[in-house]
Amino acid sequence: MEMFDLSLIWAVIIAVGIIMYVLMDGFDLGLGILFPFAPDEDARDVMMNSVAPVWDGNETWLVLGGAGLVAAFPLVYTILLPALYIGVFLLLAGLIFRGVAFEFRFKSKRTRGYWNAAFAGGSFVAAFAQGCVVGAYIQGFETADRVYTGGAFDWLTPFSVLTGIGLVIGYALLGATWLVLKSEGHVREWARNLVPKLLAGVLAVFAIVSLWTPWIDQGVFERWFDHLQIIWLLPFAALLCALGIFLSNRHRREGLAFLLTLGMFVFTYLGLIVSRWPYVVPPQYTLWDAASAPESQFFILIGVLFVLPIILAYTAWSYWVFRGKVRVGEGYH
Amino acid sequence: MALDPVLLSRLQFAFVVSFHAIFPVFTIGLASYVAVLQGLYVATGNAVWDRLGYFWTKIFAVVFGMGVVSGIVMAFQFGTNWSNFSQFAANFIGPMLSYEVITAFFLEAGFLGVLLFGRHKVSPSVHFFAALMVAVGTFISAFWILSFNSWMQTPQGYEIREGVLHVTSWLEAMFTPSFPYRFAHMALAAFLTGGFVVCGVSAWFLLRRRDVEAHRRALSMTLWLLLILTPLQAWVGDEHGLNTLEHQPMKVAAMEGNWDTQPNVPLLLFALPDRDLQANRFEIGIPNGASLILRHDPNGVVPGLKEIPVEQQQPVWMVFFSFRVMVGLGLLMIAFAVAGLVLRRNDRLYTSRWYLRGLQGMSLAPFIAVLAGWFVTEIGRSPWLVYNVLSYEDAVTPSLSGWMVLLTLIGYVAVYAVIFVAGVYYLFKVIRQGLDELGPDEEIHDSDRPARPLSATHVPFDGSTASARS
Repeated sequence: MEMFDLSLIWAVIIAVGIIMYVLMDGFDLGLGILFPFAPDEDARDVMMNSVAPVWDGNETWLVLGGAGLVAAFPLVYTILLPALYIGVFLLLAGLIFRGVAFEFRFKSKRTRGYWNAAFAGGSFVAAFAQGCVVGAYIQGFETADRVYTGGAFDWLTPFSVLTGIGLVIGYALLGATWLVLKSEGHVREWARNLVPKLLAGVLAVFAIVSLWTPWIDQGVFERWFDHLQIIWLLPFAALLCALGIFLSNRHRREGLAFLLTLGMFVFTYLGLIVSRWPYVVPPQYTLWDAASAPESQFFILIGVLFVLPIILAYTAWSYWVFRGKVRVGEGYH
Repeated sequence: MALDPVLLSRLQFAFVVSFHAIFPVFTIGLASYVAVLQGLYVATGNAVWDRLGYFWTKIFAVVFGMGVVSGIVMAFQFGTNWSNFSQFAANFIGPMLSYEVITAFFLEAGFLGVLLFGRHKVSPSVHFFAALMVAVGTFISAFWILSFNSWMQTPQGYEIREGVLHVTSWLEAMFTPSFPYRFAHMALAAFLTGGFVVCGVSAWFLLRRRDVEAHRRALSMTLWLLLILTPLQAWVGDEHGLNTLEHQPMKVAAMEGNWDTQPNVPLLLFALPDRDLQANRFEIGIPNGASLILRHDPNGVVPGLKEIPVEQQQPVWMVFFSFRVMVGLGLLMIAFAVAGLVLRRNDRLYTSRWYLRGLQGMSLAPFIAVLAGWFVTEIGRSPWLVYNVLSYEDAVTPSLSGWMVLLTLIGYVAVYAVIFVAGVYYLFKVIRQGLDELGPDEEIHDSDRPARPLSATHVPFDGSTASARS
């Protein structure tokens, strides 16, 4: 076991798990956020049908990330969850409501309005809470002796509210480009017209957050302005993706627009990681400080390496089977 | 009144876990029942088994879905409310929780899909195999959780270095002394839960003379099963109690309401244990009963609560009464199983209205008994989160204040209340639809997925199809 840095392997697994979750749950949360603004009930049917077959795998990654965190980096789990206590509750409540609403909306007629509201509200709250987590993470956590010592609302600051709003708009953008790809007729036109507006919103938040972030913490500032200038490629690549989204959306290159939105998320995510690397509980603890015992990391790694390829294959298969457009008045055929 | 974060966190965890537990205990039993039905269909070729199998699979899907939803919260509570415990024990509990998640995934990605949606796409034997694998999967899932819990009751296979627990032997830690008893007791409880619900629902249909032939078969086979399982559970429970006496004597002392370590302890049928008094009021008991059961000797010495300081004693009355509720319902279950045999001999099993009505009511009994049993074992362990190793006070999240816990407790109660009402309401719709084929309002979606188990039923939530029929 000495030959491998198990903590590093686990850091990669969990980092991949998180971005998989963000990308995959992002567009269906985004559809939930756009739900109240949909032109009509037909459009809402199409929106739900477009994610119904793949939605299942998406939250898989969240649970895997949570459980993997206790097993591999317990310190992250035991500091972040108390620090984000109220936020975690809102996140879970939001996800539960939208999950239940998702199922019952299909089966209801008279009560459909309530399930619509629950789906939209749950999606919005969950997305906003996740965005706040990102902001709180950049800010760092008040700790002493490996225990969180801050207050109940330390995570809720102007900065984290901004990142919260940013993620809500970002998910909405992801939802819109997904919907353009998966729909046709008036639904697609509605979504396509939303893309530039949402993109402008994302860019505005992106600009403020980027300018703000280096000033929050000395370490982050040094990371960006002292050495390692190559990391400036990341925000640059994210901006290129944004430009690409705008152009490809205009020229009706639907697949490309969606892929570039995913790309924008990935580059922003990498930018966040390099800001704080190798600190997993900023500003104090690195991933090696936070690691569990190597025996434990190894014990669970066996299971994960066994099941991860199966989950990936199964996910890919789901997307493949349900490729193509969703039409009004029908599910997939 | 000051809000105590420890007490409120305990309440919150108890609420979430109790709410969650009622679903898996049902699905574990039901998964095995569905596998039996599909197996009978393969063996006999009689389509009635397949119809019953389809009906119970739909119910399984709804309950499984509710279990998944309510379970998500638990994985986060160890961090939000018990972060010191998580930090202390992560080397053990982390892998255990992760393996449980992995098991669940494996189930969802594979066999659950075939069971829920493959009825007309694969051969009956393949479908039966999938049902069997899902049943096995639910037990593997339960294995991790019960192994985890048993370790907290009777910890071993570890050492503590610099305040953090390290596993020295995974086998010892996973198979602690209380584990085999707890697992057997819980597995039987799951079968009893599934069994009594099947009996209750079959009785409901028989009383309304719908699909009489199919539900008679279901009732008959299940009652035979219960005739064996109910006494077996009493025996396993007794063995579990003896194991507890050996490893957690104070839990048994609270269960028996026994304060002084002494011989000739009576078996109390009723009492009001009073911790301030350090004695019981209004005792009604069978002389030497507890000594006989626990030591097989009227002069057997039974440990008493006074062996530990008052502040370490559990809320004795909760353990005491929960235990009596569990045992009382267990005896009632045996009585119903035996009554079934008597009625069968007189050929009145399917026509006796009082018995069928009674069975309907008995569908609730196993759920209450299971919760009462968990109350006994969990409250009986207090003040220890990990028995004799880590107390509640040392395990709770240090940064937590009472109002935060109270706020989220109210929040979880509200969220779960909505889900529970919607879920149970829908479950009744599915049950009332019975063995009938799909109604005109229902459509099958190709997008139905196993990780959304509810998509396996297409009964309308608020339509009029089902209600018009009954």
